[in-house]
Parts: sequence; structure tokens; C-alpha cells
Amino acid sequence: MATMTMIQAIRSALGVMLERDPNVVVFGQDVGYFGGVFRCTEGLQAKYGASRVFDSPIAEGGIVGTAIGMGAYGLRPVAEIQFADYMYPGYDQIVSGAARLRYRSAGDFTAPITIRMPCGGGIYGGQTHSQSPEALFTHVCGLRTVMPSNPRDAKGLLIASIECDDPVIFLEPKRIYNGPFDGHHERPLVSWSGHPLAEVPEGHYTVPLESAAVVRAGSALTVLAYGTMVWVAEAAVRETGVDGEIIDLRSLWPLDLDTIVASVKKTGRCVIVHEATRSSGFGAELAALVQEHCFFHLEAPIDRVTGWDTPYPHAQEWAYFPGPDRVGKALLRTMEA
Amino acid sequence: MSTSSYPPLKLHVPEPLARPGQEPDFSYLRVGPAGVVRQPPIDSRPSQTADIADALVRVLDDEGNAVGPWDPHADPELLRTGLRAMLKTRSFDARMLTAQRQKKISFYMQCLGEEAVGIGQAMALEPDDMCFPTYRQQGFLIARGYPLVDMMCQAFSNDRDPVLGRQMPVMYTSRQHGFFSVAGNLGVQYIQAVGWAMASAIKGDTRIVSAWIGDGSTAEPDFHSALTFAAVYRAPVILNIVNNQWAISSFQGFAGGEVASFAARGLGNGIVSLRVDGNDFLAVVSVSRWAAERARRGFGPTLIEWITYRAGAHSTADDPSKYRPANDWARFPLGDPVTRLQKHLTRIGAWSDEQHARAQKEIEEEVVSTQKIAESYGTLASGHVHDASTMFNDVFKDMPAHLRRQREQLLES
Repeated sequence: MATMTMIQAIRSALGVMLERDPNVVVFGQDVGYFGGVFRCTEGLQAKYGASRVFDSPIAEGGIVGTAIGMGAYGLRPVAEIQFADYMYPGYDQIVSGAARLRYRSAGDFTAPITIRMPCGGGIYGGQTHSQSPEALFTHVCGLRTVMPSNPRDAKGLLIASIECDDPVIFLEPKRIYNGPFDGHHERPLVSWSGHPLAEVPEGHYTVPLESAAVVRAGSALTVLAYGTMVWVAEAAVRETGVDGEIIDLRSLWPLDLDTIVASVKKTGRCVIVHEATRSSGFGAELAALVQEHCFFHLEAPIDRVTGWDTPYPHAQEWAYFPGPDRVGKALLRTMEA
Repeated sequence: MSTSSYPPLKLHVPEPLARPGQEPDFSYLRVGPAGVVRQPPIDSRPSQTADIADALVRVLDDEGNAVGPWDPHADPELLRTGLRAMLKTRSFDARMLTAQRQKKISFYMQCLGEEAVGIGQAMALEPDDMCFPTYRQQGFLIARGYPLVDMMCQAFSNDRDPVLGRQMPVMYTSRQHGFFSVAGNLGVQYIQAVGWAMASAIKGDTRIVSAWIGDGSTAEPDFHSALTFAAVYRAPVILNIVNNQWAISSFQGFAGGEVASFAARGLGNGIVSLRVDGNDFLAVVSVSRWAAERARRGFGPTLIEWITYRAGAHSTADDPSKYRPANDWARFPLGDPVTRLQKHLTRIGAWSDEQHARAQKEIEEEVVSTQKIAESYGTLASGHVHDASTMFNDVFKDMPAHLRRQREQLLES
């Protein structure tokens, strides 16, 4: 075991797969010689060569499109989109190309590609470096969407994603790359150092897709969260004293509905937390699923805590970010209902 | 109002030279005589091909002779095979068009008038080279020997449809024949083709890629990404642009064809680029061989604009008499690829009118009898389609729980 940040864990996963599978290639803007703007691919080109780890032109449609072609050839490309906010020029290739290829060819051609992209706010990135577009992927049939919340899951989920024969969107919450940020931006930074979930095996292992994790057992209510919001939810539970059961979804779609349903049936209450904008956000799908499967067990309305329906503002970032105070209020509101 | 002393600005909206009721006018095409365009060395720099990106490579002259430096000196047997493939494609298209009018299939797209480009290139490549087609490269697939009955079953969407009724007619796929799944979205395959070519180079393979796009779709961003990536990584790919003059009702001026050749788009991206007579089967074979040789020798991509003409409608959903002169094709300066190749083969003594008539009859019979077999498996109209519950397969490799639930709901309803 080694202690790793999420960046190191992601790099370790890429290294493990480059080592194990000669068909794995890693590319994207600045990922080659320089090692990525967040350093996730640092050292990989030097070790595995420029034909397997390389820089790309600034063209997300080209990055995703070439990855699809490589996947059809038989490679397992891992493409990086520098920020999820830059994904839109590649969206057509993701939706019309990657997600549909197996279906439209009845399995004749497939696109076993992984598209990594840092997402989420909290770094004063403004509206072009802070977005959480997961709902734009979970709505697309044929895609898998994954978002880890800690180094150990990040590595295991990334390896599982690369080994998966379906196209996977791998969203990396950049605010927790270096530590488990709980939304208290005014407090000193906390690093992953010493955290149990930063204890990461050096070799190959997977965290299965479609499996959620109960990160805190509780009996009063269920909190559904993923990415950075897992840590915010934990802070809110701690600070309000509400005995919340926190479920880290990890795989957003397809998802582990059984774990969610079992928990809500047990607690009878559910709060959904995400950083993305609210309306038609992934929380709406979660609320609908909980309602469909747990209605007669519910003792309170399902609540959602999300980013506001505005672009992510720069200077007003912390008013936008759904921090522990907002989540805590929702927990108390749901307990009182 | 403005107080400026300049005259008011005016938007230029391109307009073809002739519309319905007017005489066809192809004066914009810039067609030179056969045999005059040079063949550059395969290691030429892109800028050294600027003249050819603006000229027109032609081999067959008006009398059917093969002339000039691009004469491929092709084996007559290869040319006869090409002619038969063109006749077969044309016959197949005609039958499917009729089947659509009889409502046996939902939709169809023929490649009438532009058969030479796909078939000629297929015959210039190795059988395991990869093709990323548009929906109008059925000739390529036929030339590769894909069974006609499978194409028909796909078009009929019947219970032998290889893609299980999931795609509209003509959206073929055959990994076995090196033919990538046809997408209905325009241009997306062009950049994917470059990715496949990059993969071939990454793995030290020797296979190359034949990528296809139409003149209209060159306006899509994927076209420009494809040129950038192909040039940057020196990808072993032939970037074909089929300039058949029309994108549904929009003439090629709406993709920028009024101001520069489509081949010229390659030069600025650092790609060797040629403008070629796409109805000249010998030119197609010759230029395709040259581009393939460049790709195989590590000189990277070649962009080829094929000048041809979409003789029929875009698809069965539009009526060209509403937007262009009715007798356009008959006046197209580059003629019909079938009759031009027939004339050449006859002139060199490798073909006769009797052989032609016999070949045509044999092909018609084959197509008709194959259609009977295909129809025996059902048509969209007869309702012999794959079971509805199969629609949940292949969304993912393994069916997730939510799709299993939805399939149960369908079966219960």
C-alpha cells in the first residue's frame, strides 16, 4: 500500500493499464511530454513512449473521434478532455459515435474507450472550468458515467472503466484531487495524507462499475451523493448530528439501484446532493427512482441540494457551491417534515 | 441609419448557375483535357501539389483512350471486374429504389452516376484495408464481395437483417469486409477513420484507411479535425471527398465550392491534395493506388476530391426536379462512369457489346433472384422484423438492470 492523492491514484491506474495491456493508449491536450495540466499523466510518456502516451491538437471532437476509430481498430484508448467544460465540441462524437456504435452495428464494431475529464468547481475556475455536466451523459443510452470521490475508488474505477467494453465517461472532481474537501473553503486545506481512502494498492485491482458504496451507515435518512459532495455530505451529517446514511454512487449510470432502495426503505427519508445545476439534473432522475421504488416507505418529501440554475460564477463561487450549511439545512428540514 | 460614406453591405448567398426550367450550366467545373496533369513523386510536399489540387486529373479521353502519366496500365481483367461491379451496383440500386416505391422498404439512397469512386478505390486497395464510408459507398462494399442478399435483408429490415432492424436502409456494416458501420450523422466517420489509421500506425500494422465524406459535409467540424489530426500524426489514410455537386438541395457552393476547390482545403492543412475526375475509372484506380502507396510508405494522408455527379435524388425523400434542371446529368461534362469504362475496354479490345449485354443480363438475373431470396425472409411492410425485445440488446455489452426492467415492461404490455 502507498498513500496517494487522487492525481497519483489516476496516474497509477493509467500506468498499471499501460503496463498490462499493449492496446491501451493515453492521449489528449498536454498529456504527453508535459504530463497534463493536473499532472495525471506525468512521467507516462517517458516510460511508455510517445506512440502510446501523446499530446493532441486542441479539438475535443477530434480527440473523441480518433479515440472511437482506435477503439474500433482494437485499442483501448484513454482520452483526456482537459476540463469537462470543454467537452461540448466532442459531444456529438460521444453521443452519435461512441454511445451508439455497438447498437447500430449489432455488435460488429464497438468503442471500448474511456474519456477522462476533470469536473466541478471550488478552484475559482468560473463558468468555463467548474461545470459538472454528468446529466448530459447519464441521459445518453449506451454510455457509462463514473465519478469517484477518493483515491482508492479513483484507481479501481478507472481500471474497471478502461477494461470495460462500453464507452465510459470518467469524471474527476478536481477540487478533491489533492484532498477530501468538505466545502469549508475558509478552513485550511486538508490533504489526502493519512486518510484511509488514500491507502491505495500499487498494483492492479478494480472497483466494480454499477456498485455504490455506503460510506457512512445511519438510520435517520439517506443521503445520495457523488464526487466532492460525498465529503460535503459527511460534514453536514457531522455538524447537524443527523444520523444520515451516506451513499456514494460512484457509478452514476448505469447505477446500483438496489443499494439506494435498500437504504431509503430502511431510513424512510432521502436527500440528494449534487454540485451541478438543479433543473433536469441527475438528482431529478434519482428522486424519480426513489419515488418509484420507495414511495410507500417515505416519511418525508425527497429533498435536493444542488448548484443554482445559473452559470458557475467566479467571484460568487462559494454562494453557488452547495456547501455543508445548505446540505445541513436540508437534512434538518427533511427530519422535521 | 449609418452616416458612413461606404455603400451598404450586401450578403452573398450562393446560387447555382441553373435552376429548374433553365439549361444546365457546368461552366464552373473547370474541366481540362485528359492526360495533361503531371504525376508528382510520392514524397512530394503538400505545397508542391497545389497545381493538382486546382486541376483535374483525367486518364480517359473522349475516345476512350488511356492517356498521360496517370495511366495505371491496369490489367484488363481488373477493369472488367470493376465494370461488372458498377453494373451490379447500378442494378441493385434500381431494384431497391423500386422496392421503396412499392413500400417494401422505408427509404433508399442510390449512388447512380458515382459508382466509379467507391468501386475503383476498393479495387486499388488490399482487401484488409479499412473503409469508413458514407451512406453512398455501397459500391465499395459490393466490390469487396459482401453478399448482396445481406445488403437486401438490411434494406428490407427483415429477420435476416444483420443489424437487426436498428438502422435505416443502406446503413451497412461489415467488419469482416473492412467496412465500418455507416452513420446517419454526416461527417462523423471522417475523424474516426483517422483514429483507425493512427491505431494501425501505433501498432506497426501495414493496413491503411479509406475515408469518405461528401462535398456538403466538408463544412462539418469533424472534417476539419480529421485533416488536422491526419496531418499532425501523418496518419496512413486516404481522405476522399466525393464532390457530387449536390447536398440534398444545396449545391456545392454552400460548402464553399464557389471560391476554392475542395481539394484545396487539404493544402492549408499540410496534406498532399489532388482534384480528380471521379467518373474516370482508370483515374480512380490510378490516383487511389498512388495515395495508398504514399500511406504505406509513411508519407501520410492524401486528400482526393473526386468530381462526379449525383445523378439521382439525394434519397427517396426528395425530388430533384424541384431544385435543379431535369436534364442535368445528361449534360454533365464528365459523363457516365459505366459507359466511359465500357468504351475504353471496347476500344482496347477487352470487351464487346455482346459481352456487355450478356454481363448486364446475368447481373440483372442475379439481382432479381437474390431479391426473391431476401424477400422470402420478409420485408418491413410484411412485418417480418426482428423481435421487438431485441431492441434492448447491444446498448451495452451486458444488459444492465434498468434495461432488463424495461424489457420486462415491454413484454408485459
